[in-house]
Amino acid sequence: MSAPLDRISSVVAVAARHAEEVDREARFPFEAFAALKDARLLSLLIPVEFGGDGARLAEVAEVCSALGQHCASTAMIFAMHQIKVSSLVSYGAETDWGKRFLRRISDEQLLLASATTEGGVGGNMRASVCAFEREGSDFCVEKRGALISYGAQADAILVTARRAPDAAASDQLMAAITKDQYTLSRTGVWDTLGMRGTCSDSFILTAKAPTEQILGADFAEIAAQSMLATAHLLWGSVWYGVAVDALVRAQNFVRAEARKGGGGLPPGALRLAEASTKAEAMRAALKEGLARFECAQENHEDLNSMSFGVRFNNLKTFASETAIDIINHALLITGISGYRNDSPHSVGRHMRDALSARIMISNDRIYQNLSNMLLAHRLDPRLS
Amino acid sequence: MNEAIRQALEEHGRLAVSVDTLTGASDLYAAGLTSFAAVQLMLALEEKFDIEFPDRMLNRKSWASIDMIASCISELKGKGVAA
Repeated sequence: MSAPLDRISSVVAVAARHAEEVDREARFPFEAFAALKDARLLSLLIPVEFGGDGARLAEVAEVCSALGQHCASTAMIFAMHQIKVSSLVSYGAETDWGKRFLRRISDEQLLLASATTEGGVGGNMRASVCAFEREGSDFCVEKRGALISYGAQADAILVTARRAPDAAASDQLMAAITKDQYTLSRTGVWDTLGMRGTCSDSFILTAKAPTEQILGADFAEIAAQSMLATAHLLWGSVWYGVAVDALVRAQNFVRAEARKGGGGLPPGALRLAEASTKAEAMRAALKEGLARFECAQENHEDLNSMSFGVRFNNLKTFASETAIDIINHALLITGISGYRNDSPHSVGRHMRDALSARIMISNDRIYQNLSNMLLAHRLDPRLS
Repeated sequence: MNEAIRQALEEHGRLAVSVDTLTGASDLYAAGLTSFAAVQLMLALEEKFDIEFPDRMLNRKSWASIDMIASCISELKGKGVAA
């Protein structure tokens, strides 16, 4: 099979063609996902022995960025799917069921969603109200008020709940359940400023499945060692793609002005230079994060350390704020042309989509965690 | 030392159960210890024992049970250095 980036160009074209309609109608990007499945990109992270590409996270990040430059909703759904796959590869491949499921994801190009929040926990993924209730060799769970991105379009869901009805709110496990094992009853519709195609509706999820589908590790460990880094790296890559496309539009605008102007710098040129510095810093932070994550795969002590947590919380706040900052510059550079929805320099959708970055896991919550960690963790003054 | 750790846990651990029900080996995370409360507990123990936990002890494993915490403190006290 050819390299992921060679397979992405046709998918990107499909995503770009439908992006405006997906945004306007707040509908799932069906065409882009049909193309992603055709190109077998949903199993990128799955090891070769289970039928996937065994790709590195950096390659997935590149795909996220490429998609983000054209349709942020497609890119974000793709990123969220890969974050779930990454957890399954790390924590699900130990059981027979897990191995079969990874193979199935590859063979059938299944799309995975996530149900980690619910009513009553205030957006805190690390606390659950609902619990896994064992009945013989099965478990049941009912999660109310869960915001599940593309829940209605997913083929399987990774759901968190307390270990048992008498367990503490933070003592959680995670289970993989397939479409035939759960029902979703929609309680709220996703009608938002941006990221409209992610269709992050609210649901009551009820499921019954064999207990072997509950992952062996505590969810706390999965969240800290797999989800924290993969989510912030892949989300960051999506936002980078969105921001860099806005910057490219701004550059096109400045170049066109310069050609018309006949000598001298157009007014936006300086801002373009300033924004390019920000984009470079964002790219460097993402690349450094990807390298750190790759090293940590070989060193579980590091994956488990507080400095790792601090690093990736910092990456999230930096990437989300910088993306918005870059697009804001692009808007100032392009002016009315960028503000319009019908011009080649339009950056309105970029801005609306990127505004989600600071609130999908609220930066205020992350700063709160970070400030708590910094009571313990000593800052590292070394450059390398 | 274990009594002092238990007292700090009672005050700062925000556990879902009473500390008296835990053995030295009980899983504190299963008892409801969150990463936020673990930091508060750490600060209380640093103050109480006049130590500083180095970065290598700032991980989930070191705070998983009363026995694990005690062994970290013993190591730090034994060495007679703060970090």
